[in-house]
Amino acid sequence: MKNLEKAVAKICAEYGNDRTRMMDIVRAVQVKFGGVDNEAIDLIAARTGTHRVEVESVVSFYAFLSQKPKGHVVIRLCNDVVDQMKGVQDVAKTLSTKLGIGFGETSSDGWFSLEWAPCIGMCDQAPAALVNDLMVTNLTTEKAAELIRALKANPNPGQLTAKFGLGEGNNAHELVQSSVQNNIKKTGEVLLGDVPAEAGLKKALQKSPEEVIAEVEASKLRGRGGAGFSTGLKWKFTRGAQGQDKYVLCNADEGEPGTFKDRVLLTERADLLFEGMTIGGYAIGAATGILYLRGEYNYLRPFLEDVLQKRRDARLLGADILGKAGFNFDIRIQMGAGAYICGEETSLISSCEGLRGDPKNRPPFPPQQGYLRKPTSVNNVETFCCVSRILDKGAAWFAAIGSGKSTGTKLLSISGDCKVPGVYEYPFGVKIRDLLQDVGAENTQALLIGGPSGQFIGAESFDKTICYDDLATGGAVVIFNKDRDMIHIAHQYMEFFVEESCGYCTPCRTGNVLIEKCLRKILDGQGEPEDIAYLQQLGNTVKKGSRCGLGQTSPNPALTTIKNFRAAYEAVLKPARDGMQPTFDLKAAVSDAEELAGRQSVSH
Amino acid sequence: MSETITFTIDGVEVKGKAGQTIMQAADGNGIYIPRLCYLEGCEPFASCRVCTVIVNGRPQAACTQPIAPGIVVENNSPEVTQIRKDIVEMMFVEGNHFCPFCDKSGNCELQAMAYRLGILAPKYPYLFPVCELDASHPYIFIDPNRCILCGRCVQASRDLDGKHVFDFVGRGPHKKIRVNAAVRLADTNLDITDKACDVCPVGAILKKGVGYAVPVGQRLYDKEPIGSDIESKAK
Repeated sequence: MKNLEKAVAKICAEYGNDRTRMMDIVRAVQVKFGGVDNEAIDLIAARTGTHRVEVESVVSFYAFLSQKPKGHVVIRLCNDVVDQMKGVQDVAKTLSTKLGIGFGETSSDGWFSLEWAPCIGMCDQAPAALVNDLMVTNLTTEKAAELIRALKANPNPGQLTAKFGLGEGNNAHELVQSSVQNNIKKTGEVLLGDVPAEAGLKKALQKSPEEVIAEVEASKLRGRGGAGFSTGLKWKFTRGAQGQDKYVLCNADEGEPGTFKDRVLLTERADLLFEGMTIGGYAIGAATGILYLRGEYNYLRPFLEDVLQKRRDARLLGADILGKAGFNFDIRIQMGAGAYICGEETSLISSCEGLRGDPKNRPPFPPQQGYLRKPTSVNNVETFCCVSRILDKGAAWFAAIGSGKSTGTKLLSISGDCKVPGVYEYPFGVKIRDLLQDVGAENTQALLIGGPSGQFIGAESFDKTICYDDLATGGAVVIFNKDRDMIHIAHQYMEFFVEESCGYCTPCRTGNVLIEKCLRKILDGQGEPEDIAYLQQLGNTVKKGSRCGLGQTSPNPALTTIKNFRAAYEAVLKPARDGMQPTFDLKAAVSDAEELAGRQSVSH
Repeated sequence: MSETITFTIDGVEVKGKAGQTIMQAADGNGIYIPRLCYLEGCEPFASCRVCTVIVNGRPQAACTQPIAPGIVVENNSPEVTQIRKDIVEMMFVEGNHFCPFCDKSGNCELQAMAYRLGILAPKYPYLFPVCELDASHPYIFIDPNRCILCGRCVQASRDLDGKHVFDFVGRGPHKKIRVNAAVRLADTNLDITDKACDVCPVGAILKKGVGYAVPVGQRLYDKEPIGSDIESKAK
């Protein structure tokens, strides 16, 4: 047998030749061979009993997978809006020059690939890059040059950790060894203050599963990922659904540009999270939990696996947990591979099943039919952490924190134009004005609440509060000062959605492209007053016609800047004085002909 | 015995059976809800979104949304029609549709839908994708220029033919149809008798050797608008 054939056979066997473990299989082949080429696709299809086009379908979907081989070292430089604000373009130039390749290219010796990546969860320490699994943050041109020098001397990113220093807390753990900083700037009483180990799980196991769900319901805990659905209700539906095998899935695929709070919870509150998942398993009657971890956070995986093993050793996972006869529960980690859409719960399920990260049709909803068509509860990292605390301290304690219907605290990932970016734990109800003061933001023009799928707000909203009924958010807050061009920023976020749409449904696949093109046109000085109505109607169609939450929110960068920063649009969308349609670029239209003719047109 | 459910579409009271989708119930009442990806005999794919209706104020795909007692469905309101027009126009600009010389013209569901919705020319800029034709198969050719990514061929091949000749690759605007072979359709097990060869709503999968068998002017939608068959069932 040839080398590839042997290796693929071994990898497939490791995952039981199980097609539902396709993500693990193709990821492993990608890491070993730098790509999943046609031959590998055929071999995987044969081993797992699938069709080759199904394997190709998966490989072609995820940004971290490729059919064409990539370099041994893949440098993914984050081009998120915040990174752009912090000078990533200069860093990009340095990387490109030092490597002698452009973005999207692989060096001729096959050692290096250079790529752009959307938000990698490091906006508080931008610009940042992912070098294979190594996070390199706070990049400068000097640091970028040093990185390339070091990689050329020893092209093994794993051995470079010492070079960039170690972050605080568990970032310095022997299994993490990362220079990432937690940047916890404000601790609250629920999550980032002191938390006693396993207190919630112990108390939960003294209750019946129904009582656990009642406690969570009474706390009025709502999903922390952004949608804000009642956690207790979701668990009740899942527990009540017909079917023997049930699943608890944790969404650790935070990909909303500007979000990084789950990174900190995974680093510093891993036990609290797994405790919450275990409570969830007990409550809904599940034996299996899956942590879906975004591919960008692979650097945390050895550490998280170790935490899981220690929990098994301590009988906090496995059979008869903490002596509770008949309560069996274990957790596995499913790695993502670079796809924002997989943060959408049904896409996440598709990905766990070894498929493209396409969302599923609803109904049925996951509590009825989710992972492998079995009843499934998908909850956010922060939600599970809250559950552990609620079971320990009681629903009344939790419900007393926060404001009105928004109980508890919320972790905010705050970045952009402010002096102290980082993770802040606030009780719900915090006023924007107070938040801006805490983070040292001055001269603020706009805030992006909830990431680009949320909304841009301006000064007239600074007295509003963060909570489900006022300014709802999954946690991303990006601040923009008065020097920023709001149309330019909206356009950059639309480029993100164009790339991250799964392409399943028409409005999201093409509508976002059309919105992006219109904003581009406006930025190029060819806008016209009618563009506002055009964007609003187009945005409405994309929001109302799209199949999942991505398209139902993706026009928001355009729509909420039009709503709240209309003056910025009106300033550039003036009727043309000559009455000509500015959309048409005559110079560009005749440029090919000019080149052929070898002379300039007389028309301009 | 299934339970009868009463609800309204555009203010008209209609009846359906429990378990039906809004589209199935509407069909039964002779009310046409426009659609392009829907394929009889397969699970609703819900990719085209042309069947979007407003249900109790919320947009839903009629092909997947179950009926419920008393729901208020908007099918023909100006807003719903606008959403459908926009979506159909998006399909025209995201591909390269050459109606005047396409053999599917007159039998094409996309073209017929545009006529039914009153679209004269798309207001959106054409995106002019570059697509490669696959004419390797002796009896069938694929022209991705005209593909609307509805998924019918994927479903038909998998669920009706028991093969898996087609699937999607790529994502977002880069998403496209691929065949189950390293390079060409000729290397798949597609037969001309496969259902997958007959389900394409547009001219992306066409049979060779039968072009222009029916003259323009005498084709299906030359005679009556798309949806007329369903509307003729109205009581």
